Amino acid sequence: MSDNGTFTPVIVGFLCNWCSYRAADLAGTSRMGYPATLRDIRIMCTGRLDPTFVLRALQKGADGVLIMGCHPGQCHYQEGNYKAIRRFALLRRTLRQLGIEDERVQLHWASAAEGVRFAETVARMTEQIKQLGPLDWPRNWPNEDPYAVEEAVHE
Amino acid sequence: MSEPRVGVYVCHCGHNIAGTVDVQHVAEWAMGLPNVVIARDNKFMCASTGQEQVEEDIKQFELTHVVVASCSPHMHEKTFRNACARAGLNPYLFEMANIREHASWVHPNDREGATNKAKALVSAAVHRVVHQQPLEPMKVDIRPETLVVGGGIAGIQAALEIADAGYHVYLVEREPSIGGHMAMFDKTFPTLDCAACILTPKMFDVGGHPNITLLTYSEVEKVDGYVGNFQVRVRKKARMVDESLCTGCGTCWEKCPIKVVDTVWEAGLGYRKAIYRPFPQAVPKYPVIDIENCTYFKTGKCRMCEKVCPTNAINYEMQDEIIDLEVGNIILATGYKLFDARRIPQYGYGRLENVFTSLEFERLTNASGPTEGKIVLRDGETTPQTVAIVHCVGSRDRNYNTHCSAICCMSSLKFAHLVMEKTGAKVYNFYIDMRPLHKGYEEFYHRIMEEGATFIRGKVSEITDVPRTPEEEDKLIVVCEDTLLGRQRRVPVDMVILAAGLEPQADAQEVAHMFGVGCGETGFFIERHPKLDPVATMTEGVFIAGACQGAKDIPDSVAQGAAAAARVLGTINQRQVTLEPIRASIDEERCSGCRICNNLCPYNAIDFIEEKGVSRVNPALCKGCGTCVAACPSQVITGAHFTFEQIMAEIDGIMIDVLSDRPVVEAV
Ligand SMILES: Cc1cc2nc3c(=O)[nH]c(=O)nc-3n(C[C@H](O)[C@H](O)[C@H](O)COP(=O)(O)OP(=O)(O)OC[C@H]3O[C@@H](n4cnc5c(N)ncnc54)[C@H](O)[C@@H]3O)c2cc1C
Ligand code: SF4
Ligand code: SF4
Ligand code: FES
Repeated sequence: MSDNGTFTPVIVGFLCNWCSYRAADLAGTSRMGYPATLRDIRIMCTGRLDPTFVLRALQKGADGVLIMGCHPGQCHYQEGNYKAIRRFALLRRTLRQLGIEDERVQLHWASAAEGVRFAETVARMTEQIKQLGPLDWPRNWPNEDPYAVEEAVHE
Repeated sequence: MSEPRVGVYVCHCGHNIAGTVDVQHVAEWAMGLPNVVIARDNKFMCASTGQEQVEEDIKQFELTHVVVASCSPHMHEKTFRNACARAGLNPYLFEMANIREHASWVHPNDREGATNKAKALVSAAVHRVVHQQPLEPMKVDIRPETLVVGGGIAGIQAALEIADAGYHVYLVEREPSIGGHMAMFDKTFPTLDCAACILTPKMFDVGGHPNITLLTYSEVEKVDGYVGNFQVRVRKKARMVDESLCTGCGTCWEKCPIKVVDTVWEAGLGYRKAIYRPFPQAVPKYPVIDIENCTYFKTGKCRMCEKVCPTNAINYEMQDEIIDLEVGNIILATGYKLFDARRIPQYGYGRLENVFTSLEFERLTNASGPTEGKIVLRDGETTPQTVAIVHCVGSRDRNYNTHCSAICCMSSLKFAHLVMEKTGAKVYNFYIDMRPLHKGYEEFYHRIMEEGATFIRGKVSEITDVPRTPEEEDKLIVVCEDTLLGRQRRVPVDMVILAAGLEPQADAQEVAHMFGVGCGETGFFIERHPKLDPVATMTEGVFIAGACQGAKDIPDSVAQGAAAAARVLGTINQRQVTLEPIRASIDEERCSGCRICNNLCPYNAIDFIEEKGVSRVNPALCKGCGTCVAACPSQVITGAHFTFEQIMAEIDGIMIDVLSDRPVVEAV
């Protein structure tokens, strides 16, 4: 993360099991190179994406979060990605209020056959975040801990 | 509870991982992660020695959780879960880190980056795994009945295999007869045996089989449930002919005054009546009334067929029938459609009279076709002296379909043979590459060359009727660059046959969605694994066979039909299948009864229990997507194996500082 001149972003990925995770697998089996910036987590469907996950990743130091699922209309569970779209809109509003740039948290689609699209998405997002520089949540929002609030609810 | 004890195994996968990721370093580094008691690297984790290592360590080090960092979980999750189970560890206390597909293979020139990423992924798995719970796979009973959708050769084969094994099959076909494309052909490559001779007996077997319920002129409207217990709703369209009375005598269609161009079975070359039986060997033998074209349905007058039918089988009041089926497994065998040659305007199909498609030619050369098997020009009488056959029409072309249609080289050779045999005409085959791949195919190619067909290597750029020389007068001129001679050629001919490619059915997307399968880049249904699991899909209990999975010939379609049947019979004989226990459950004590989750579930798996004022998940219906889990405002829905704690721990783990093995940011 931290840099001596060059900044390599860390992007946390949330990939749905059926399309985008397989797109990432296909990018692998087809040996399509892309920057080693993405650290991905598998969820069954983007419908499972609790916005808290995104906040947690940022708060733990991620410079960006990439959520990827099946194309609209092709969710393995029919409509999980439509739920994700709605939650994403809300999340984006919250993030904007904190001054977090739109490019840092992105929602994209890739079918299991779209290894190229997957690799390109990661490469493009990496470039965008390089332009923005590190997010440095802990330094910028030392008192802002959304997870603490969530945990209180959860107790 | 005692402290967790985690074992970590980092795989070299030969050079596949170790060539890029510093595997040994990752393993050593993993020793420093919380709860890890043993971390090793290994050449091939999936080999028996790798698996045995895990089993031994579970016993020796009393491991409570296991992490394997190797390939994709879609590849080997099952393998390692089984290894854990053999050593007495619940398989759900195992987690995989994908450092091959997601690291070494995609960062080949960045050893440091790939190694760091591998460390982060291992850390994520180690942090996550200690929160994982032992789970028991769900067992569900398999109903022995099977649904086969599509009655082409693939569906017929699948249905017969299962029915012959003693189990019941519902075969749903949307046309009035089964048979599919094969029923339109005269001869089949490479043996040139007559298509009807080999297909008709099979169609008859289907029609008369005690274990097959044949539902033709029918379509599936709705599918619910899951493997073992699908509920399927079928609409059987009204034939207007009572099948229990009709004898198939044919008086009705002889007398019907309305002639309609038959775009399905005659490929638009021939006619049928408004009441018709698609072809003489149709199964079932009963006709249907095409109500779009029937005068009675249009104007209220005629009723000719009713008057002439000797058994009073005509019933104009007949309504569509809705049939609800319960089946354990489903096989999709919905086949392909032909590429529309009009999309390549420079080939002139639809504009230049004597340009034919391959399917049209099949009808021309078919003894029961519109010309009774005579190969003639569109005027219906002139025999062509010269014929051009253009390969790869709409296939292997970025503007249309990138895929190879697999059968056109061979069907074009078949056409060359039939033209030469029946007309003595001179034949030119225009090809890009010859791909006669299977057993006996190369030999067939040589046979056709010896028979005297001319082969010109080059992609046809244009077919025109504008002559430049006297020889070209009144001819079709095929323009192409002959890549072997290295020059432009213009070949005047009387007839052109376009070997149009095979495409997914127009409604493939909708059908895929209804049955919970996916379509790949080319639009054909996606198999679970292209090499190792070609007839299964991502949805348990739904299989695919034949040309709906990708362009293929009859032998391959038959093989897949039989393969899909074998898979279904396997589950039927087991009587039960085990399902992933990845399901949601609601803590009823803490549910506020807000009912937000009720309408979110795409499978209506959540019921509201009025008496208690809480919601409850029906585990048999839940597919574990997790949508409700993320939505519950009280956070009382648990998504097994993807719980809040597990994913949060995974995030914390993945954000470790890979250089100092501490979290990037200390927990606040
Ligand atoms: C011109 C030409 C010549 C050929 N010649 C040969 C040859 O000589 N030898 C050879 O080996 N191969 C040949 N082939 C290839 C051959 O046609 C295919 O391999 C074969 O037909 C594939 O069988 P199928 O059952 O998968 O599909 P199809 O034959 O397409 O059958 C699919 C069936 O499913 C039905 N269906 C579709 N959707 C639904 C739905 N939603 N609900 C219910 N029913 C549905 C259709 O009505 C159809 O009956 C040729 C192909 C062409 C185009
Ligand atoms: S959303 Fe949560 S609290 Fe509301 S009914 Fe469903 S389980 Fe109960
Ligand atoms: S996890 Fe998905 S399928 Fe299961 S009950 Fe919740 S919303 Fe329905
Ligand atoms: S399964 Fe991929 S978005 Fe729902």
